[in-house]
Amino acid sequence: MTEVHIIGAGIHQFGRHPGKTGLDQGVEAIRAALADAGLDWDKMQFCFGGSHAAGMADAVLPRLGLTGLQAINVANGCATGGSAVLSAYWAIKSGEFELGVAFGFDKHPRGAFNADPEELGLPRWYGETGLMLTTQFFGLKIQRYMATHGISAETLGLIGEKAYLNGSLTPHSWRKEPIDRETIMSAEMVADPLTKYMFCSPAEGAAALVLASDATMRTLGARGPRVRAAAVKTRLKGSLEVFSPSISARQPRSPTTLASEAAFEMAAAGPAEMDLAQLQDTECGAEVMHMAECGFCADGEQEALVAEGATRIGGRLPINTDGGCLACGEPIGASGLRQIYENAQQLRGRCGPRQVENARLALSQVYGAPGLSAVAILERS
Amino acid sequence: MPARPIAENLFVGQGDAARLIAGRRKTDGEIVFPLPSGPERELFDQVELPPEGTLWAFTVQRFRPKPPYAGPGDNSDFEPYAVGYVELPGSIVVETRIEAQAPFALALKQPMRLTTQVFRTDSDGSEVLTYAFRPLA
Repeated sequence: MTEVHIIGAGIHQFGRHPGKTGLDQGVEAIRAALADAGLDWDKMQFCFGGSHAAGMADAVLPRLGLTGLQAINVANGCATGGSAVLSAYWAIKSGEFELGVAFGFDKHPRGAFNADPEELGLPRWYGETGLMLTTQFFGLKIQRYMATHGISAETLGLIGEKAYLNGSLTPHSWRKEPIDRETIMSAEMVADPLTKYMFCSPAEGAAALVLASDATMRTLGARGPRVRAAAVKTRLKGSLEVFSPSISARQPRSPTTLASEAAFEMAAAGPAEMDLAQLQDTECGAEVMHMAECGFCADGEQEALVAEGATRIGGRLPINTDGGCLACGEPIGASGLRQIYENAQQLRGRCGPRQVENARLALSQVYGAPGLSAVAILERS
Repeated sequence: MPARPIAENLFVGQGDAARLIAGRRKTDGEIVFPLPSGPERELFDQVELPPEGTLWAFTVQRFRPKPPYAGPGDNSDFEPYAVGYVELPGSIVVETRIEAQAPFALALKQPMRLTTQVFRTDSDGSEVLTYAFRPLA
């Protein structure tokens, strides 16, 4: 089967943008990706796009050009961006298409996400009695994980400190000010043991990628990282996920473990070969747990790895080099694409003060409601 | 006005006599909570879950949730509440509000017992009950 490359990457800064719709931001990100690839919209054979709360992705078409291309709206919960990339990857890998765009944008109101129980097949009382909150889920999961595997609050503070430091080096980030670990740890508690600064916020932003087959890339004289793997996996029975009224005492493997294992198999490479990673950090504890779920370490080893700076830029495995969701916020439709944008920029050596030297393989992992995970692996080429 | 449960087929009884209602799948005996409703309901026998278990995970809800939360009061009088998962004999772990004097002093594996609590009082004066677990002294 043909190889797939990312030959253009564009982003609209994450954060809050009064006076701009999510759609406006999406169109800008696509134009930036096309300009990066040196191509016009009318060359695109397909697009896969998604937005969770900012309207139909298809609405970009009148702005960019009604060329008759195949356009698919992607809606896959928190993995919407990752699923748009996966769809584009398979469209080209299958040999049906040579060139197209994956994109995502979003614009959420302030404050924690509120979910409709019935939309997710859950009873009303679950939402009414105050059990249906993403913040609670993350608090519950990391509380048990810390108690079981010896992770300290200090580690959560260090992860937050790293995120805001990396964010201060990143043009597309929202949070530009470093925050020290003491401030993070002593901030107002949101869902114990997680404080205000340990959580990311819903935000706005957009990202887009132009993908091409290797033959088309050569014909165009373009270049870009190769997509070695893309996988989406959903939860197994009894798994502790966002919005689970009941679970099993013996936990099955997580969607992130399933997706990363599938991706490593596709890439014929293992976690030890990754040079950097963008991991879902809805809150500081999610980064801790996803390190182990992706196979980068055993449960509990994060405590020493984080303390010795292994996950900082310059460390053995830099994680969330652009500050992740913590520093960029989480516009659901765009978040997974931001991770892949960051990896593509890193592998092309375009990251200035946050550049990871000599990186060859980069993993990205997005996790979220209702219990699914998307993993992609890029290789420098 | 008599107290009423917040939902049908969620629990029976009140206080120490309360029992959560679950479903046992007719084909394989798997226990699911809550009891499914609608067409799925036929696939399950109604069973009551054991009222005692151990704490599996916990957190404290520190801000008043947005809707669909339908608790009493507003942001000005909101009281943080603990929530958690309680492991019951038979391998099912249920999510629950926790009634505790000191929610910050909870510990994993602590013995817990089912109870009911007044969740809110409706405009007609009727009390709406939900289930909760409390630490066993």
